Amino acid sequence: MSQQTTQHRKYEARPPIASVGVIGWIRQNLFNSPLNSVLTIIIMAGLVQLLPPVTKWAFIDSVWFTSADVCKDTSGACWSVISQNLRFILFGFYPYDEHWRPITSVLILFGLFWLSYYRQFWSKKLLYGWLVGLVVMGVLMKGGIFGLVPVETTQWSGISLTLLLSLFGLTAAYPLGVMLALGRRSTLPAVKTLCVIYIELIRGVPLISLLFMSSVMFPLFLPEGVTIDKILRAQVAIILFTAAYIAEVVRGGLQAIPKGQYEAAEALGLEYGLKMRLIILPQALKVVIPPTVSILISAFKDTSLVIIIGLFDIMKTTKTTLANPEWMGFSTEAYIFIAILYFLGCFSMSNFSRNLEKTLKT
Amino acid sequence: MTEQTANTFDASSSEPIIEIIDMHKWYGDFHVLSDINLSVERGERIVICGPSGSGKSTLIRCINRLEQHQRGKIIVDNIELSNDLKNIEKIRAEVGMVFQHFNLFPHLTILENLTLGPIWVRKEPKKEAEETAMYYLNKVQIAEQAKKYPGQLSGGQQQRVAIARSLCMKPKVMLFDEPTSALDPEMVKEVLDVMIDLAQEGMTMLVVSHEMGFARSVAHRVLFMDSGQIVEQNTPEEFFHNPQNERTQKFLSQILH
Ligand SMILES: Nc1ncnc2c1ncn2[C@@H]1O[C@H](COP(=O)(O)OP(=O)(O)OP(=O)(O)O)[C@@H](O)[C@H]1O
Ligand SMILES: [Mg+2]
Repeated sequence: MSQQTTQHRKYEARPPIASVGVIGWIRQNLFNSPLNSVLTIIIMAGLVQLLPPVTKWAFIDSVWFTSADVCKDTSGACWSVISQNLRFILFGFYPYDEHWRPITSVLILFGLFWLSYYRQFWSKKLLYGWLVGLVVMGVLMKGGIFGLVPVETTQWSGISLTLLLSLFGLTAAYPLGVMLALGRRSTLPAVKTLCVIYIELIRGVPLISLLFMSSVMFPLFLPEGVTIDKILRAQVAIILFTAAYIAEVVRGGLQAIPKGQYEAAEALGLEYGLKMRLIILPQALKVVIPPTVSILISAFKDTSLVIIIGLFDIMKTTKTTLANPEWMGFSTEAYIFIAILYFLGCFSMSNFSRNLEKTLKT
Repeated sequence: MTEQTANTFDASSSEPIIEIIDMHKWYGDFHVLSDINLSVERGERIVICGPSGSGKSTLIRCINRLEQHQRGKIIVDNIELSNDLKNIEKIRAEVGMVFQHFNLFPHLTILENLTLGPIWVRKEPKKEAEETAMYYLNKVQIAEQAKKYPGQLSGGQQQRVAIARSLCMKPKVMLFDEPTSALDPEMVKEVLDVMIDLAQEGMTMLVVSHEMGFARSVAHRVLFMDSGQIVEQNTPEEFFHNPQNERTQKFLSQILH
């Protein structure tokens, strides 16, 4: 009897064969219930139908670095539309010989992003790095000193413009949104009313109309002779718009913080600013990382709307390329390329937020 | 808890640290505190008891202005509580408060919880604040947890940290609002022991509690509140053995069986 028990134990101590290895994985994840089995089979069938022709089109029959004429004779994808027009798609009307400047700026930007991704690099130095980096990028783009040819902002286009609008749009909108959220919960009636009106008004109109207002209506109110940069106006519209949404998300976070936290902070004698900065906001902002990043991601994509007020972001440079009779029929390839770029941007943002949540132990 | 502290208090020796005169408070139309008169001497220990909803919490929360009173005067350490924010912050820095649900800051380590007030309110250098913090953590016997986060501690440990957090501000008065009623029974004693230690060092304490053993052994005075009024107050001896008011008698018979 006792021997039987030990044997039984020995058997139990090892996981059943079928739950490990490839077969185990397939069983557990793909065929673990009748419904899942059916879904797996349907999806498999779909993939079998879809994958070969797509692969054939995108990779086997495709051409990569040819002229437009060659493209017209192939049945596959014409990636040449991108490779032949890459510099225009990415940098638009920025003077051709000066393209190293936006390239360097973008590389600096990515470098800073990459450093900021890792918690161990978070320090005062990184903050200074960002400040110096921003100035360097500005100087590089604008020129006019150090022997750099000046480049008007009207010529900034393509990916530099998209990144510029997003970077400043998001980093300026975030603190503004936090302030609006605090204002909306203020005990001062005037502050509160102002913030409520602001948030509700902005949320009540689409971004497109704000962009139109900033580009068409706003100049009408300026005194004659005064002009404000068109990019700057679009930038402000994006900031104001995004801030209103961030404000509401942050307000939700503030409401999630128990009353006891406020009271404990007050009981220590912390004044309002310190209480918010040290106790309430760190907790509230952490709670709302996922919805905040959602807003930032959609704001990033919404920068492509500046196309309607005639700014040449990466979407518009692509469209312009496709308007060229030579490359007219290849919009699928071009838009897939743009979609991949946007996806990389958005995916890194959501990756960053997941990483942030982990390091902050929410 | 066996050790009996001398429960006599010589009130003539000093001026009161807290003085509450004809104080009233309303929540909307609800008259939650009426005609409160209370004077607390330096070094005096008062236990406040009474049925649920009688206004005990509200009363002690008025003392550090977590709640605002509408009529009468509250004077703490010679400063009258008014709408003047600077005065309120000054008083709050002098008055420690321990809550029923601890209210530690979950995003900060135990050590950071303790040094936050001294560094930002008292403007102490970080090193000094940390030394003080470790001293008090040792005192509440929890020094080895300094680097942990509040969520990793048991309720009793958290409440001891909360007491240490208040003590780091070197308060002149400590307010306790039912400090043991959210704790599992086996943790009540460790918290009460810390409070008894504190009492023996002469801390001025106002404690809302139904721990009658604690009241007997450390209080100079026991207050009984009902419907927003202080109905009866006496030495613990008299209060428990010879309650005067009918409502007090009824309350005591209920909680002492
Ligand atoms: N913010 C508030 N708004 C309205 N009424 C309140 C508020 N806080 C407390 N009250 C009411 O005031 C009365 C006194 O509350 P308080 O918390 O002081 O009672 P307590 O004596 O501490 O009771 P307990 O033993 O349950 O803690 C209760 O009837 C309560 O419902
Ligand atoms: Mg209470």
